[in-house]
Amino acid sequence: MLNAKMELIAEKIVKGFGHFLVLKNISFKVSSGSAIAITGPNGSGKTTLVKILCNLMAPTRGQVVYQNNSQKINREDIFQYIGLVGPYLQLYQELSAQENIDFFARMRNLKNYSARVKQLMELFNLSGREHDSVKTYSSGMQQRLKYVCALIHEPDVLFVDEPRSNLDQAGIEAVYSILQEQKKDKILVISTNDQEDLTLADQIIRVGVA
Amino acid sequence: MKQIWLIFLKDVQQEFKTRYAINAIMLFAIVTLSAVSFSIGAYTATTRVLAALFWIILFFSSMSGLSHIFIREEETQTADTLKLVARPSSIYLGKFFFNLVLLVLLEVILIPLFIAIMNFKVVSFQIFLLTMFIGNFGLAGGGTMVAAIISKASTKGALFTVLSFPILLPVLISGISATRKAAESVKLMDAQNELQALLAYGIIIIVASILLFDFVWNE
Repeated sequence: MLNAKMELIAEKIVKGFGHFLVLKNISFKVSSGSAIAITGPNGSGKTTLVKILCNLMAPTRGQVVYQNNSQKINREDIFQYIGLVGPYLQLYQELSAQENIDFFARMRNLKNYSARVKQLMELFNLSGREHDSVKTYSSGMQQRLKYVCALIHEPDVLFVDEPRSNLDQAGIEAVYSILQEQKKDKILVISTNDQEDLTLADQIIRVGVA
Repeated sequence: MKQIWLIFLKDVQQEFKTRYAINAIMLFAIVTLSAVSFSIGAYTATTRVLAALFWIILFFSSMSGLSHIFIREEETQTADTLKLVARPSSIYLGKFFFNLVLLVLLEVILIPLFIAIMNFKVVSFQIFLLTMFIGNFGLAGGGTMVAAIISKASTKGALFTVLSFPILLPVLISGISATRKAAESVKLMDAQNELQALLAYGIIIIVASILLFDFVWNE
C-alpha cells in the first residue's frame, strides 16, 4: 500500500441522535502526507465523527469516501487501509498480547509481520510481555498495545482519538514519533483538545462550535 | 472464508479460557433434565410428550449460552474493535459456526442422558440424527441473529429467550414432530415433511441473517 495516494473525503456529514443534532454539515478532504485534527468541547461530536469516518457508525446524512489513486474503495474493504486507537476500543482481555496481535494481523491478511511487531513492541516498551494475558496489563500498557495492533499493517489512514490517553511521558514520546512518521507520506487524523497535539495538524476541524 | 475461520478460532480461544457459555448450557441442560425426570417419576410418558420435553430442554439450554457470543463483545467493548477489522457477513458466520459447535457439544451430552434417564426409545436413528443435524442449523442461525439484536439492549438475558421463541418456533414444531416419528417409525419418508421444513427454515434464516446482519450490527 506504500506509495499509493490515499484520499479521505467527508461530504456534508450530518449526525443526529433523536432530535439532537451532533454534527452539522461537516466536509473536508485530506490526502496522503498530511494530518487533520478534530477538536471541540466535550460532547461536541469528536468521537462520533471519528467513528463515522472509520465506518463504525453510519451518518444520518452525507457520506465518507476513501480513494486509493483516485479509485473509490469499497466500504467493506476500508478496514484494510485504516487503523484506529481510541479509549472506546478494547482488546480481548482473556487473550495474550501475542494472540491479540496475531488475530488483528491475520484478519488483515498479513503474513510476515513478526519483524514489524518486534519493532513496535520495542518502541512501546512491551517486549518480554507478549505472552501475558492482556487483563494483567496496566491501562497504560493496554493503550500501548492498542497502538501496536493498530499499526501492524502500516495503515494508510491512522485515526487517533485522544493520543495521550493513559500514557506516561515515554509512551507519549513513542506515540509522537509514530504520528510524525505517519504524516510524512500517509494520512493522520487526530481527535484531541490538547494544544500540542493540534500543532501536528495541517488542517483543523472544529466541531460543536457555532 | 479466512475471516470466518479466524473469528471462530478467536471465540474458541476465549471460550476455552473462560468456559462461560459451555458451562451455562451444560449445567442448565443437566439441571432441567434432572428436574423433569424427578417430576415424571415412574409415569411412562408417550413419545409425543417425550419428544416435546426433549426439544424444550434443548431450546432453553441453548438459550442460556448462545447469546453470550455477542453479549461478550458488547460488554467488554470489543464490538467496535471487531467491526474495524471484519466484514459483517464474516462476523455473523464466524459466530454462527461457534454456536453450531456449542449446540453439537450440548447434544453429545444431552441426547445419551435423555435416552437413558427418560427411557426414550429411538426406533430410527437415521431420522433422529438427521433431525438434530438439520435442526441445529436453524437453531444456531436464528439464535445467532437474535443474539446480535439483543446485545445492544439493556435487558439482554431475558430478551434473548423471549425474542428467540417466536423466531425459532418453526424449528421447535418441526423438530418435535420429527423426533416423535424417529421414536415411532423406521421409514425416513415418514418424516420427510418435517425434515424438509427444518432444512428450508435453516437455509432461509441463514441467508436472511447474512443479508440483514450489516443493518443489525452497525449502528
